[in-house]
Amino acid sequence: MSKARYLVLQDGTVYEGQAFGGDVTTAGELVFNTGMTGYQESITDQSYNGEILMFTYPLIGNYGINFDDDESVAPTTAGVVVHELARKASNWRNRLSLDDFLKQHEIPGIQGIDTRSLTKKIRHQGAIRAAIVDHVADAAVLIDGLTEKLKQVVAQSSTKNAYPNPATGYRIVVVDFGLKHSILRELAKRECNVTVLPSTATAQQVLNYQPDGVLLSNGPGDPKNVPHALPMIREVEQQVPVFGICLGHQLFALANGADTFKMKFGHRGFNHPVEEIATKRIDFTSQNHGYAVDAASIENTDLLITHQEINDQTVEGLRHKNYPAFSVQFHPDAAPGPHDASHLFDDFLEIIASNQRQRELEENA
Amino acid sequence: MPKREDIHKILVIGSGPIIISQAAEFDYSGSQACLALKEEGYEVVLINSNPATIMTDQEIADQVYIEPITAEFVARVIRKERPDAILPTVGGQTGLNMAKALDEQGILEQYNVQLLGTSLKSINQAEDREQFKELMQDLGEPVPQSKTVNTLEEAQEFTAKIGFPVIIRPAYTLGGTGGGIADNEEELDEICSNGLALSPITQVLIEQSIAGYKEIEFEVMRDCNDNTMVVCSMENFDPVGIHTGDSIVYAPTQTLSDREYQMLRDVALRLISALKIEGGCNVQLALDPKSFQYYIIEVNPRVSRSSALASKATGYPIAKLAAKIAVGLTLDEIENPVTKTTFAMFEPMLDYVVCKIPRWPFDKFNQADRHLGTQMKATGEVMAIGRNIEEATQKAVRSLEIGTQTLDLAEMADKSDEELADLLVAATDDRLFAVYQALKRGWSVEEVHELTKIDFFFLDKLVHILEMTTEIVAHQNDAATLKLAKQNGFADAVLADLWQTNADQIRHQRLANDIVPTYKMVDTCAGEFDAHTPYFYSTYEDENESTPFDQPTVLVIGAGPIRIGQGIEFDYATVHCVQTLKDAGYRAIIMNNNPETVSTDFSISDKLYFEPLTLEDVMNVIDLEKPLGVVVQFGGQTAINLAKPLADRGVKILGTQVKDVNRAEDRDEFNKVVTDLRIPQPVGQTAFTNARALEAAEEIGYPVLVRPSYVLGGRAMQIVHNREQLHHYMTNAIKVSHEHPVLIDSYLQGKECEVDAICDGTTVLIPGIMEHIEGAGIHSGDSMAVYPSQTLSDDVISQIETQTIQLAHSLKCIGLMNVQFVIHEGTAYVIEVNPRASRTVPFLSKVTKIPMTQLATEVIMGQKLADKGYTDGLAPADKMIHVKAPIFSFSKLNDVDSLLGPEMKSTGEVMGSDVSLPKALNKAFIASGYEISDHGSILMTIRDEQKPKATEVARRLTNLGFSIYATQGTADFFEQHGVPVMKRVAKLSDGSDDEIMDLLVNKRVSLVVNTVDDTENGQQDGARMRAMAISHEVLLMTALDTVSAILTMLEDRAYALEAL
Repeated sequence: MSKARYLVLQDGTVYEGQAFGGDVTTAGELVFNTGMTGYQESITDQSYNGEILMFTYPLIGNYGINFDDDESVAPTTAGVVVHELARKASNWRNRLSLDDFLKQHEIPGIQGIDTRSLTKKIRHQGAIRAAIVDHVADAAVLIDGLTEKLKQVVAQSSTKNAYPNPATGYRIVVVDFGLKHSILRELAKRECNVTVLPSTATAQQVLNYQPDGVLLSNGPGDPKNVPHALPMIREVEQQVPVFGICLGHQLFALANGADTFKMKFGHRGFNHPVEEIATKRIDFTSQNHGYAVDAASIENTDLLITHQEINDQTVEGLRHKNYPAFSVQFHPDAAPGPHDASHLFDDFLEIIASNQRQRELEENA
Repeated sequence: MPKREDIHKILVIGSGPIIISQAAEFDYSGSQACLALKEEGYEVVLINSNPATIMTDQEIADQVYIEPITAEFVARVIRKERPDAILPTVGGQTGLNMAKALDEQGILEQYNVQLLGTSLKSINQAEDREQFKELMQDLGEPVPQSKTVNTLEEAQEFTAKIGFPVIIRPAYTLGGTGGGIADNEEELDEICSNGLALSPITQVLIEQSIAGYKEIEFEVMRDCNDNTMVVCSMENFDPVGIHTGDSIVYAPTQTLSDREYQMLRDVALRLISALKIEGGCNVQLALDPKSFQYYIIEVNPRVSRSSALASKATGYPIAKLAAKIAVGLTLDEIENPVTKTTFAMFEPMLDYVVCKIPRWPFDKFNQADRHLGTQMKATGEVMAIGRNIEEATQKAVRSLEIGTQTLDLAEMADKSDEELADLLVAATDDRLFAVYQALKRGWSVEEVHELTKIDFFFLDKLVHILEMTTEIVAHQNDAATLKLAKQNGFADAVLADLWQTNADQIRHQRLANDIVPTYKMVDTCAGEFDAHTPYFYSTYEDENESTPFDQPTVLVIGAGPIRIGQGIEFDYATVHCVQTLKDAGYRAIIMNNNPETVSTDFSISDKLYFEPLTLEDVMNVIDLEKPLGVVVQFGGQTAINLAKPLADRGVKILGTQVKDVNRAEDRDEFNKVVTDLRIPQPVGQTAFTNARALEAAEEIGYPVLVRPSYVLGGRAMQIVHNREQLHHYMTNAIKVSHEHPVLIDSYLQGKECEVDAICDGTTVLIPGIMEHIEGAGIHSGDSMAVYPSQTLSDDVISQIETQTIQLAHSLKCIGLMNVQFVIHEGTAYVIEVNPRASRTVPFLSKVTKIPMTQLATEVIMGQKLADKGYTDGLAPADKMIHVKAPIFSFSKLNDVDSLLGPEMKSTGEVMGSDVSLPKALNKAFIASGYEISDHGSILMTIRDEQKPKATEVARRLTNLGFSIYATQGTADFFEQHGVPVMKRVAKLSDGSDDEIMDLLVNKRVSLVVNTVDDTENGQQDGARMRAMAISHEVLLMTALDTVSAILTMLEDRAYALEAL
């Protein structure tokens, strides 16, 4: 049997399990994801930077890790907690085991945990900070250091340099706050000519590319830790169509005078039913966020709530009253999760197209 | 959208009798749907011919019609009730077929009745092969390609287009004889030529083979706003090629990456949207294990067996919500009944693994062809929940009640390597055990995969169990190993074997080390939301979520999987018991493991433990819940068998006490009871050796009835007429030992009848006597029966009454009891007493209007019958006459002899009620699906001792104008006794099959009466002719009494035709 390892919570609770993955210690906010598939996409999703990711589905690693489904080049998830790691991975695309993958990326894992009881604890108490360690005594220091670390997660996840993803369609600038590759996949599918800019990009830097549209990406942590993005958004949204996803949605809200708050334990999974208020259409959406836009704070802004989660009425989508700018809290790019809302990328391109027609009409007039 | 206000009255169509592939799952979905519609304020009218169901209880619908489900009778109900709409999607294939028939006959239009849930167009698109292909083409969804061909050249041409491998299916050959899979041109030429030669119409179907693909299922829902969702995904352990009803199934999918899962989810949702189903739908898909290529196998535009499984696997009640959606409600406005904090528009997330294993009838049908393929053969199934595959699988295995709690099946050890390899390639019901044996012999996972195509993931789980077994043996009495073993589903009894001790010792060791199960809730949401479902499964982890009640609690043991001899009737009784306990103020807990049934709907009881029904699992729940007692009377033999071991461990058994149960079940003790009461019974003896058995039979006098001691549904029971037969039986059919003696009884010829009685210790209420139509020698479960009795004299009735009362008192019966009698020369002889609820309880409760299970439960809890106005003896009957008819599933099972005898063979029953016996019989026959014409030809082959009786039957048939065809001996006898025989037919053994084939294939006879018992002449003629009749769908009778009943009905309906 593999060596013992401990998951220590901030409140002092200790769970003993067996080690797998990277042989390092870690600390992070302990969160749970209810998806029954998609561990590869989730673990490589940079939005989990600074978080220890626990899967509620008890068997993880069943189909191994493949070369196609990563959501980032260097995953930054702080740690992984599972009930049982698969002994043998079986899938035609399997290239290496989850264990080996986590070793490569030095992400520690722990298995043999009563993940259901821990999930219920988080549900009752809210997201809690925790550490994965070999010696219980090491946990406190690691957890204490988290506060500072969590402020840096966007900077850490974002690309440092601009890079292109060339194609022949609309020019789209993607501002990377911790970008999931599936957003690039969706844009590529639609032949968008993409340039990805770091999270620190200014409005001028964005507009220098003369984009047809700007996409504000997902990313980890508290949107209030990314204040420099707000003036950029305020400026850009007046010039070109903007589409915000997840953290990008929260930043879009903050930039326009709304407020965000930390949720008790967030939404992480892909069975969140979201209603488009105007049409009553309901999509199952892929979600990964611990913060949300405060619905009450929308009232005195130029924003409209377009989508809501039908169970807890969280704000799931916003639209600007005056500009062609909109955002959603969930992931229309799925991966992992259902494709129900992928039409939003088409909507974005349509908005770009109609915006350009409008411009042309205005210019001709 | 709010529910529809333009409709008020809805007719729900049930699924009729239980047959293989259409079973208890429709009682569950049907009753859920009816209750859901009532809850929404609609008036519900129900038609279902099956009396043994909860669905046909008066409380389930406003009007319940237990009538044949034929267009004629449904139309009658429509004319009488004038419903605004019909819900056909909860009654299985029967419901859909009825919707089509009513439409074709113009009845829906004539009475302006709307169809709810699914349109006729969708039914046809899903059911009709060509229309389905067309729809798939329109949607761009791939289906396996196929083509009907008449020549080898056509076959070659088509195969060149689609590529190898291909499946060749000859048209109209018995059991698909001559078909096969071809991997290359040579094989194609050989199989195809052979198939074309064998096919009477020189036709074969060439089909692209997707055998070996992963078989994936999705249960999906859709509402009228086109909101769609997946309730549950499932992955079959057995790859494509074995009917999903015969496959081991896991939920959720195990080996699909998110990309594959979402791809197939999209497909499933596209299909339900395209079919515009408002409700639930099942989509079966095949996925190439080596690419993203998939094929649609099948779509069921209705709730199904899989949806029942999915409901139990997730907690999400599909049928209930499907009914609400059918009347216009939408998923986003219906409350999620599990969480009550979310809406029904919610895809359940599991934090456990579910394993389903089918239960096959081959323990009863030992002659049957056990190979699995596209024809479903299982009668029931078990489901188990665990936190890993190993745990769920091992729990499921021990839920099956097939005499093993482990994958290491003893008889597999006797197989040669060659035999084992055959079992892996051509799957039979015990392939799981064969796979385990192969791995145990050190065959590599690759080899086993090559032979079975079972995914490496699942094979590795079995390897893990194997490795753990070695570890367990190596670490005797080690607490850490013990805990690990429990976390992986090893039963105490299995550990006891490995550590060479007994299960009690393992239990002590567990308790001493605080290794006790923790019970986790099934909540649809993986713990994300607060839920209050009283639905639990055991596992070995940190946190137990099930808290015992403060109020007095009663544990009710269910009946486990449905099998021949222990059917849905016991689920009916279990459910009623629990409801009565709740009404009486107790907290009622159910333990059961059958996902198809009403009893495992978590809303039925105060708490449901979805668990195996072994002593260990039951004791674990008792340790936690500390109930004031356990009720074992309603869960069939499964529950009653637990009575003694539970009582031995200090558990209070409510109702009849264990020692009295034993006095009824143990042969010698029962003899003493009967002798003391001076009640007549057939002379009998018990033998522990073959020699003694032969002596005993001589003393008693042939014919004798022989059977092993503790019996379930008449297993291995036989009537033998002479020494040779007995010798044959003793050496071939059973193994006699000191623990398992054989019982030998005088076989008395005469009428059989049975009663159920309720006793509170003082009063013995007999709700009714059921008189069997077939005489002694045919199992009561296979006999037609009529209530009230039609031919019994007052004297015989009084004997039955007196004896039943005496037996109830002597056996200190508290609760229900069933007594079977044979009436021989004016005397009632007791054959058998079952100290528990019997198969006839639902039927009798419905026809006598005496709520038998409720009363039994009340007296078990201490109430008195007298206080409820009941008195000793037989309750008076009203004017209606009710006939129960057994229903068989022979067409699904090759090589099972359909000859009725003392071994039970039926899978279900129907009821026909009317004001006269002939009318009631007629209804029962119609409900059985018998098409009986009032003229035509009848082919008779009769065994010697029945020939005199058959002559009378033949004479009556001739009088009605039927032509008699008969085989040689029968024809001779008839003619000698003045019955004209129109045509002599060569027996199968006398020549070729051609003559009989011609009669059957071309429907030149409308009825075959064949009573030849092959065990008597050692030939296979009788069974073969019966099998041919069944496969060509010609009505077959194997008991003369049944034919007499048909005559009673026909004679009543015929006009007298006498010349002057």
